[in-house]
Amino acid sequence: MLMSLAGIIFGIGFFIVTQAQTSGFEQFFIRTILGTNGAIRIEDKFQDTVFVMVAAGHDKNASKFEVAGDRSGRKYIEGVEDPVLLTEALRKFRNVAGVSTVLEGAVIADSSFKNDSAKVYGILLDDHLTVSDLASQILGGPASLEAFRTSAQGLIMGRVLADRLQVSVGDSLILQAGVERRRYRISALYETGVSDIDKVRIYMHLGEARSLLKKTSGASFLQVSLYDRNRAPQDAVQMEEVLRHGAKSWQEREQSWLSAFKALQISAALTVSTIILISGLGMFNTLAMLVIEKTKEIAILRSMGYTRSDISRIFLWLGAIVLVIGTIGGWALGAGVTYGVSKWPIHITGIFTANTFQVHWALMHYVVATISATVVVMTAAIIPARRAARLEPGDIIRGTAQ
Amino acid sequence: MAIHDEKIALRCVNLHRYLGEGEGRVHVLRGVSFEARRGHVTAIVGPSGCGKSTLLYLLGLLDQPGEGSIWISDQLMSNSSDLDRTAARCEHIGFVFQFHFLMQEFSALDNVMMPMRKLGRLDEEEMAARARSLLEDVGLGDKTHRLATQLSGGEQQRVAVARALANQPAIILADEPTGNLDVTNSGLVFDLLTRLAKENGQAVVIVTHNPEIANRCDEIKPMRDGLFVS
Repeated sequence: MLMSLAGIIFGIGFFIVTQAQTSGFEQFFIRTILGTNGAIRIEDKFQDTVFVMVAAGHDKNASKFEVAGDRSGRKYIEGVEDPVLLTEALRKFRNVAGVSTVLEGAVIADSSFKNDSAKVYGILLDDHLTVSDLASQILGGPASLEAFRTSAQGLIMGRVLADRLQVSVGDSLILQAGVERRRYRISALYETGVSDIDKVRIYMHLGEARSLLKKTSGASFLQVSLYDRNRAPQDAVQMEEVLRHGAKSWQEREQSWLSAFKALQISAALTVSTIILISGLGMFNTLAMLVIEKTKEIAILRSMGYTRSDISRIFLWLGAIVLVIGTIGGWALGAGVTYGVSKWPIHITGIFTANTFQVHWALMHYVVATISATVVVMTAAIIPARRAARLEPGDIIRGTAQ
Repeated sequence: MAIHDEKIALRCVNLHRYLGEGEGRVHVLRGVSFEARRGHVTAIVGPSGCGKSTLLYLLGLLDQPGEGSIWISDQLMSNSSDLDRTAARCEHIGFVFQFHFLMQEFSALDNVMMPMRKLGRLDEEEMAARARSLLEDVGLGDKTHRLATQLSGGEQQRVAVARALANQPAIILADEPTGNLDVTNSGLVFDLLTRLAKENGQAVVIVTHNPEIANRCDEIKPMRDGLFVS
């Protein structure tokens, strides 16, 4: 019984730890991605096709039909033609917290040592700070950000790219877009932790980006932040309907990574649940043996007037006691190990950068672990309990007495 | 045929019982009728396999007859539900077996309190007081808190007697209660059982192989091949 109890404690504990870790990394990834690319991205205007134009002219439900239809069949005109108008419209959505106009373009960054391909992001700094965590991603702190704000030729460069180009804050470099070559000074470095971003992205003032990329109007996309990030898919659908521009929620953009995290979470839960399951089988064996060992005691209790339900209840209580002690022990073990793991120094780079194991404290992990253990333990207790209740006292005592 | 005589605690009429299946089926009881009177000690004697214990378990409602009727007080119990028979055992019947069947993990006091807990007529303090009084009666007043494993065989059987008397049942059924004890302890347990039962007006039915014990009972009912013989 002690081994089964230990199994339940370890099963619940490890279930909590693995869930805290997998969902911790998932939450960290989501925070990073939201703090860098925002909750929704508005890009590319719908191109009115002959079919849609005809439908719009004759069918009062034309716009509804079009939005609900197959999105892959749509045609788009690249970019946002009138970002100011769209920004005004976006700010009227109740869940929208901020909107930033971004002009994106490919460049070659040329330092005196090396050159590398990069992407410039022309932004209005104050607007962009409302839709991203750029302020906290700046390595030099607020002073560096102010240096960028006050310098028309200033750049904010990803740390990985700066390392590749062997440049740092204060250095200058040339950005080349097509035939246009201009010299800029690095005002600050940033690090999102997402290496795909940190190795290519350079922030610059929107006006300067227009000049470098020769795009005097429009924008590549609008980055939108939301008060309630979980409503992003519904908001994106509404925005598409109203603005007639493609709108992608963060869940849609990062679907493959989010699915991978979910699969990992389920896989970890299933793997660790086998510990609980095996403990349940151990407990079933122990209780079944106990019924065999205690048949005389069961018979004497029945002879005293204890009912079949009373006998059954004794074994269910045994199961319940193991479950309660196992659950409390498992919670304590899970919480303790989760805390310990969260302090464990580890350097992770790739889809994000972290210096410790990421954990997410959620009551739901404890609830799900408890429900799994309850189902397993009580199932393991019910069968021996019913077997004990079915024993006939006369048969048992006769077998012993004669 | 209900019990009209208040002195009769238990009556059975024409009891039949078969044991086993198919070719191994044995007609153990072949129409046994019997009455147990309050304050009266009856010994059922006979060779092994004659059906004494089977009869006792039928009378104790631990088993069900193939045919025949059993009344306890004014109630016909032979055809009643398992729950009714269990309730009747709790209220009206006390058992003493050859093996004491005490709960080894519990003290003597707890063992005696177990039937009282199920009956639920007394509160915790009253149950403990009655259990202590019964253990005093069987000479174990100073060992109430000892675990069953810390008592000798004779002492354990005395605890079993106290436990059988706990709910003041109308009927005490004892199956070879002294069968596992030495001569001294046998006499002690039998005396206790009969004295306490007589004092409380309880009907006692003892199945025994021991002629000395049988001879000290009020009545001896010899049994052979599933029937009482005169």
